[in-house]
Amino acid sequence: MSQAETAAAVRAPSPLWGLSLLRSEVGTTFRRWRTLALLGVLAAVPVLVGIAVKVETRGGGSGGHDGGGPAFISQVTNNGLFLVFTALAATLPFFLPMAVGVIAGDSIAGEASAGTLRYLLVAPAGRTRLLLAKFATAMLFCLVAAFVVAASALAVGALLFPLGDVTLISGTTISLGEGLLRAALIAVVVAMSLMGVAALGLFVSTLTNSGIAAMATTVGLLITVQILDQFPQLHAIQPYLFPHYWLSFADLLRDPVYWDQMLRNLGLQALYAAVFGSAAWARFTARDVTV
Amino acid sequence: MARNESTSGTGTGRRKAVRYAVPVAVAGVAAATIGIGSALASTGSPDLPKISAQDLIAKMAASDTQQLSGSVRVTTDLGLPSLPAGLASGMGGKGGDHKGGSAPDPQAKLTELASGTHTLRVAADGPDKQRVSIVEQAAEYSVIHNGDQVWAYDSATNTVHHSTDRQHRADGKRGGKHDDKGDKTGIGEASPQELAKKVLAASDDTTAVTVDGTVKVAGRDAYQLVIKPKQSESTVGAVRIAVDAKNGVPLKFTLSPKSGGKAAVEAVFTKVDFGKPGADTFSFTPPKGAKVTEGDGKQQGHEQQGREHQGKLPEGLPGADAGFSGSKNVIGKGWTSIAEIKGGKDAGAAVTGKGKSHGSEASSLMDGFGSKVSGKFGSGRVFSTRIVNALMTDDGKVYVGAVSKDALVKAADAAK
Repeated sequence: MSQAETAAAVRAPSPLWGLSLLRSEVGTTFRRWRTLALLGVLAAVPVLVGIAVKVETRGGGSGGHDGGGPAFISQVTNNGLFLVFTALAATLPFFLPMAVGVIAGDSIAGEASAGTLRYLLVAPAGRTRLLLAKFATAMLFCLVAAFVVAASALAVGALLFPLGDVTLISGTTISLGEGLLRAALIAVVVAMSLMGVAALGLFVSTLTNSGIAAMATTVGLLITVQILDQFPQLHAIQPYLFPHYWLSFADLLRDPVYWDQMLRNLGLQALYAAVFGSAAWARFTARDVTV
Repeated sequence: MARNESTSGTGTGRRKAVRYAVPVAVAGVAAATIGIGSALASTGSPDLPKISAQDLIAKMAASDTQQLSGSVRVTTDLGLPSLPAGLASGMGGKGGDHKGGSAPDPQAKLTELASGTHTLRVAADGPDKQRVSIVEQAAEYSVIHNGDQVWAYDSATNTVHHSTDRQHRADGKRGGKHDDKGDKTGIGEASPQELAKKVLAASDDTTAVTVDGTVKVAGRDAYQLVIKPKQSESTVGAVRIAVDAKNGVPLKFTLSPKSGGKAAVEAVFTKVDFGKPGADTFSFTPPKGAKVTEGDGKQQGHEQQGREHQGKLPEGLPGADAGFSGSKNVIGKGWTSIAEIKGGKDAGAAVTGKGKSHGSEASSLMDGFGSKVSGKFGSGRVFSTRIVNALMTDDGKVYVGAVSKDALVKAADAAK
């Protein structure tokens, strides 16, 4: 590449460059065995939960739990659609954010440790765009992961349990079609809830050249924050911890829908994305890439 | 662009610093926005024409708002000792037999509201259709009253409690506390309207009622009514009620103890809409597979009565004495009225740890909760919370009231 060409590309990078960069990022990420294995594990969780509930209630049990276990589990035997909500409630505290932490933590540091980061930076897209493409890929993974859990749960629920009109947790009844719509909406909300973890992972990923270290740090931070969220003594700071409002997706199953907590959750996730996203940008654009 | 940045020169260091300032600035702006937002929400007193306390009370009484829906935040900090869950339910079961928490009995749920912060969602359309739900983490407990049907649905356990209105009306009569408005189950009593009604019913010449400016509640302009007991023995500092300036509906209720600090009871509409709620809000069909408990039969009634006692004590409002149906009489009047309950000897002995079945463990447990007092009446134990104090004497009498410890001892002495 001649000097003049490079200069021209720098001055006016084609707007499509960002898109094709994103496309290639998405392609590499979702073609990785690691990603597919993560999605496979996530898909297996609803199968396990469904079979466990089926086995437990086979002897004519009513399925009437005393509020133990993940949310909605007592309704699963009567309506398979509730397995979607149970599975999302069961995977959201740990499995889903862990998978996102692996993908986001690996995004920059993984390239650095594989020695491919500098080749990516040679492409006339700029570091900011690369970072945006990485973040968008992580968010896409969140969405795909949530829908994989939901779809697997719906399939298992339809196979093992009856489907029908849905009684919302407020006691009102809606049709199955509307129930499916709400389930899809819930999957989207769950994916958005993972935005904070994705941004945090991306920031950690810009700090180190070791992919493993970045993944471990992100997942470690996740567990630490989850534990902090359990202590009643820390209630003053808990509303600012990113997992605090995660289970608020269940508010979509109220009638009328209770938006307060959910909006607070999305606002908090956006705040985490802004703070850690800009921190990642500051670190990544100012850093020497030598490997 | 950043990619071929030169690593030499003094500009790099400064540029780095500027970049790192961005996330810091984002966090700062966010913190400031949150701070300003909460500061704005709590201030703001709208300009409203002056109104006298009498007129405001008349406005509340004349209010004929029948249709509303909204969210209510109920915060209670009564200073009750926090019992381990098992022990608390054991005490709740004392009144009747120990049936456990599987059936969603509305009265049992009411005691849950006696501590912490809860969000209720309410909807009403005339005297025949009401609904109250307690919003829980990924679950909801709803009481739906439609015509002569009363349903209680607990989504966490997928259980339903069903009763007909007639039976509840009878219950209400026995307790002597229900009127036609409001739901018939008791949970609605935590709403600002019902709390305000109780306080106003109890206010007489022992009470000073004033209007203290205006406030904004749930985006609506409201007058603030302040009710203060004149008697010095009362533990109640003041009751504040925010009354909607347009339709006279109480929007906020605050009960502050005389000792200061956080409000003991606060019920406030965080959102309110005076439009007609949708008709399907009040319809309920038990979901397939849900366990339905029918709310009739003697045993149920008995248990309910026992629970009523349990639920009444922490309420600690002047109207609370109406709930006791056992052998009791009321000493004094107004805010300092004290309920005297004559239990059996066993009850007193059990409480003071002399009962054989309880042993020393129970005794030491009680020592943790109550403090020993003695006077002309003999000796006993005082159990105190932020509003309600109770004196249990060794000979089995119980004095309960929203009054200071000294007033309880004085009442016990006088009764001797």
